[in-house]
Amino acid sequence: MTKKWLMHILLLIGGLFTLIPFIWMLSAAFMQDGHASVFPPRFFPDQVTLVQFQHLFSHLSIGRNFLNSFLLSTLVTLISLFFNSMAGYAFAKYRFRGKNFLFNLLLSSMIIPAQVTMLPLFLMLKSLGLINTYLAIIIPGMANIFGIFLIRQYALSIPDSLIEAARIDGASDFQIYRRIILPLCLPILVTLAIFTFMSTWNDFLWPLIALTDNSMYTLPVALANLMGEHTKDPELMMAGSVITILPVVIVFLALQKYYIRGIMMGSVKG
Amino acid sequence: MKPRTSAAYFFLTPALSAIFVFFFVPVLAALVISFTDFDIYALGNWANSRFIGFHNYFSLLKDPLFWKALKNTFYFVLVAGPLSVAISLSAALVLNSKLVRLKSLFRLIYFLPVVTTLVAVAIVWRFIYHPRFGVLNYLLGFIGIRPIDWLGDPHWAMPAIILMSVWKNFGYNMIIFIAGLQNIPEYLYEAAVIEGATRWQQFRAITLPMLAPTTLFVSIITVIGFFQLFAEPYIMTQGGPLNSTLSVVQYMYRAGFRWWNMGYSASIAFVLFVIIFIGTLIQLKVQRGTDD
Repeated sequence: MTKKWLMHILLLIGGLFTLIPFIWMLSAAFMQDGHASVFPPRFFPDQVTLVQFQHLFSHLSIGRNFLNSFLLSTLVTLISLFFNSMAGYAFAKYRFRGKNFLFNLLLSSMIIPAQVTMLPLFLMLKSLGLINTYLAIIIPGMANIFGIFLIRQYALSIPDSLIEAARIDGASDFQIYRRIILPLCLPILVTLAIFTFMSTWNDFLWPLIALTDNSMYTLPVALANLMGEHTKDPELMMAGSVITILPVVIVFLALQKYYIRGIMMGSVKG
Repeated sequence: MKPRTSAAYFFLTPALSAIFVFFFVPVLAALVISFTDFDIYALGNWANSRFIGFHNYFSLLKDPLFWKALKNTFYFVLVAGPLSVAISLSAALVLNSKLVRLKSLFRLIYFLPVVTTLVAVAIVWRFIYHPRFGVLNYLLGFIGIRPIDWLGDPHWAMPAIILMSVWKNFGYNMIIFIAGLQNIPEYLYEAAVIEGATRWQQFRAITLPMLAPTTLFVSIITVIGFFQLFAEPYIMTQGGPLNSTLSVVQYMYRAGFRWWNMGYSASIAFVLFVIIFIGTLIQLKVQRGTDD
């Protein structure tokens, strides 16, 4: 009995520790200037106000940054879903020369940190005149190895007989992909969509390098930039953080089953 | 199934050409650039860069700031890595217990920091660490600890970044550990109970060995991720105070995109790659060693 109590007390303390930063963030975001810089800290606003959010949207370009983040995350998700699903399907269900070699090459190159590619990528996109455009973010995100791997693992479980039957009925390869594979892969496509959307939304280093103008910044870059000028304005910065975090938290809460599945699938490779 | 090569290539071409042109080519190009003195003049005209062999790498060896960044990054990885794995394993063990209620709620709460935007939560923590108004010093005050200037003191800045990173990351590993724990067959524990094994003996003799592949996977991805430390010091300390939190990636970013010493920056990126590669090999090796 005491053990059961002890475990729950530990869990509660851990939960509180995990949540306190979010609670304080939410509380400060709805305060007047200066009301969060007090001792002892307030975990609930003394007078609730939306003035920080109004300031972010009317005087600063946070609306534009939100739009950038949203459009880029959506576009990268759609394009990479299309490319990755085709490649993943080919790796799962086709026999062709060099298949194992290619697949192993892709898997082993997952260990290369993305930072290695950033300098040449920057030079490449600069010579194409694409730095500080949406394409600078979209192009490197068009396909990714983890996505191909995830789809391939899932598509392996689709019975060959289904594909053969469709082929006998005269379906072309693309029709089979479009009408059989994609619908059957829907759960893993949802998983991958959440992963891609969130990682594009949360990404920082590459957008920091590739976007050079405030009107092009995504939310994390805009926020980091804002922090430079507002180190003494926790209320404003917390409002900005709430705007940045809220969409991904909502997507996660709505689709957590799919998200957790993706982590599990990613961890049982090999 | 018959080989249908042309259709397979049709499906592969978009993704693989994108990965080839925008991943593999840049990796090779980075290697080439690391052997040149590519700088701001070369940015205007690439002909202004020359091959200088291993010069950048030799310069790195003599660069105290690089050694500082390397030391900081190892400090971070070697403390935050084990800490994150240990905490996520503990959380998974407790949450996997039959005695615990509201499991999914706790799991959700612990996982929440993982999905949030790193830059945004780093900003939140910057204020949490505020020496006068910060929540952390307020809470520590209850157990009699005097206020600490977390991000302003060279001795405390890295521990502060470690604490924040573990908070952000442990939920991810916890989920993987919970899945690993659920795959351990129940009869092993039942047999151990009959044999009179204590809880601790069960943990040592069943849970840990059965969980070994999961632990290996978790520690590899954690270490790879932690070596790429960037946003936390960029937001919370700008690498300071006294460069005590400057990370390798941050130094690479400065060299490449602030000072436009791209040859030098590329050599830093490659050193990082080699370190990550060797780190992963060592972990695989240690795992094989304990299997025998």
